[in-house]
Amino acid sequence: MFDLDRWQEIFQTLGKNKLRTALSGFTIAFAILLFTLLFGIGNGLKHTFEKSFNDDANNAIFIRSGRTTKPYRGLQSGRKIQFKNDDYKFIIDEFDGKVQFISARIYKGVQAIYKGEQNNYTVRAVHPDHQFLEKTIIDKGRFINVFDLKNKSKVIVIGRLVKEDLFGNKIALGKNINLSGISYKVIGVFSDEGGDNEERLIYMPITTAQSIYGNNDYLDQVNLTYNPAMNLEQAISFGNLIQKKLKDKHDIAPRDQGAIRVSNMAEANKNVGMFMLFLNAIILFIGLGTLVAGIIGISNIMVYIVKERTKELGIRKALGATPKSIIGMIMLESIFVTTVAGYGGLIIGVFTLKAIGSSLEQYFIVNPSVETYVVIGATIVLIISGTIAGYIPAKRAARIKPIVALNDE
Amino acid sequence: MIKIEKLHKSYPIGNDSLHVLKGLDLHIKEGEFVSIMGSSGSGKSTLLNIVGLLDGHDSGNYYLNGQLIENLDEKKAATLRNKFLGFVFQSFNLISYKNALENVALPLYYKGINRKERQKIALQYLDKVGLKNWANHLPSELSGGQKQRVAIARALVTQPKVVLADEPTGALDSSTSHSVMELLKEINREGMTVFVITHEEDIAAETDRIVRLKDGVIISDEKVIKKATV
Ligand SMILES: Nc1ncnc2c1ncn2[C@@H]1O[C@H](COP(=O)(O)OP(=O)(O)OP(=O)(O)O)[C@@H](O)[C@H]1O
Ligand SMILES: [Mg+2]
Repeated sequence: MFDLDRWQEIFQTLGKNKLRTALSGFTIAFAILLFTLLFGIGNGLKHTFEKSFNDDANNAIFIRSGRTTKPYRGLQSGRKIQFKNDDYKFIIDEFDGKVQFISARIYKGVQAIYKGEQNNYTVRAVHPDHQFLEKTIIDKGRFINVFDLKNKSKVIVIGRLVKEDLFGNKIALGKNINLSGISYKVIGVFSDEGGDNEERLIYMPITTAQSIYGNNDYLDQVNLTYNPAMNLEQAISFGNLIQKKLKDKHDIAPRDQGAIRVSNMAEANKNVGMFMLFLNAIILFIGLGTLVAGIIGISNIMVYIVKERTKELGIRKALGATPKSIIGMIMLESIFVTTVAGYGGLIIGVFTLKAIGSSLEQYFIVNPSVETYVVIGATIVLIISGTIAGYIPAKRAARIKPIVALNDE
Repeated sequence: MIKIEKLHKSYPIGNDSLHVLKGLDLHIKEGEFVSIMGSSGSGKSTLLNIVGLLDGHDSGNYYLNGQLIENLDEKKAATLRNKFLGFVFQSFNLISYKNALENVALPLYYKGINRKERQKIALQYLDKVGLKNWANHLPSELSGGQKQRVAIARALVTQPKVVLADEPTGALDSSTSHSVMELLKEINREGMTVFVITHEEDIAAETDRIVRLKDGVIISDEKVIKKATV
């Protein structure tokens, strides 16, 4: 294999037969280029989906209330269901061990004023666990804690964009902001991958909000994450169980769809999982398809090349070339061309993906790219395919009787 | 050097078979210069190809350099060809993309000689056929006679025991033909066994012995009586 003489012979043959070399090289390079582009774009689609599910914890369950749509236990339909603190406690008591994090939410629109800057924002009053439910990233300071809750402290954690609006480049931490007439101290600044709207929120202890905005124990929503040890099926039935128990607690008909609404990430994950599987299968199918097409292409070209060279091979045989040396020569040529051309195609593909990558975002393709293992895998496939593509015609060529080969015109 | 006994060869043609060589006996000793004559289709090339191990025979015995040729696989045949035989063809059979020097050096490559040595030896043989200055020319840049000289140099480069030439002058005009024959004669004078197929009486007359074939049998085998050249 590393016989310098043999390589010189091969380089000469390839160099002196440029069209032939270019033809076979082009076929394989094109196949690999296509493979890389399709693979990269497929990956880009995948990234888009992964990203859109990155906002919240992926084992979250959101519970909201609405109005009943069916009469039940002597109660009229159209009744408004209002969650209260005891619903929050009920879930904790009832499903101990199955719940990882839990937090209620109350929403409130406010007008914020700080030193002449003013703007309207939504306050989201929560429990401390909310940080993990929403994957809130603390940039400065801290999130709301149990002491804030206990003391009903007038503290807030503001979103990155709120901070930018009101403070610009100045420090926000420790400053007081006026929210609709009441002064709150900024104890933290956060960011969130969920987008601009998430970063235009203000977090507040839920007890503070309850005492200031209505003096009651109402809750708008309860969010939780299920124990990650559960599999998707278990998590889905867990979500259904919560819904059932809450309906029972609030005297809601079991078939009533509107009064208690549970959105369970487990269900979405199941769908996404299936979609990903489907996407992966398509990518694999297309990828393998192009590779196979490339291999068939190169095989055909090799057959043609060997046919065209029959006479030359006959001459070589008459001069003392053994069948083994003929097979070796054709195969090395084939492997060399497929590997070099294929690798070239791969490089062009990778660079093309890099170059066009960001312009594809409007088509829901984010960061189209191929992984290193794919690159290595494809290269190995190439060498193997080069071997196969070369072997069959080489074997055939070696079998032709020298006299038949010499008489070939 | 070459000994043939009761050699038979047929080619299958569809379901039939064409009996081409019908029991030939021929003995060529080392250093002889022999020509074969006969009409077209009489089996001359068939005989030469068998002698050159490019094709097999059906029955009879063939000894090359005292060695009985039987059950020869392609690898052994290739090695024997490389070691004992040199070929010159009517249509030259040079490799078109290799220059004269590379063509001459090719048998040495299959002999396993290193590149430097190959170039050196090949150049010596090109010099011998008077084409040292044409070493870097491609076959397409050479005349017919020059191509055949390159082919002869290629046949000689491995220092074989026998040179086999199938109508080496068939594609050349008469003056070029004679210069090629002169070259073969010179090789023969140096001790090489030369075996030539030809159609032309005057070419055959330049050899030492003429074997005539007709319909697959030898009809005459005579020494050439040289005119005394004073
Ligand atoms: N590979 C083959 N298959 C079938 N028949 C063949 C084959 N090679 C030769 N023949 C036949 O065998 C016969 C002898 O052929 P050969 O080539 O030996 O003749 P030749 O004496 O060299 O003729 P020429 O002077 O025209 O070269 C011819 O009839 C030819 O058609
Ligand atoms: Mg003939």
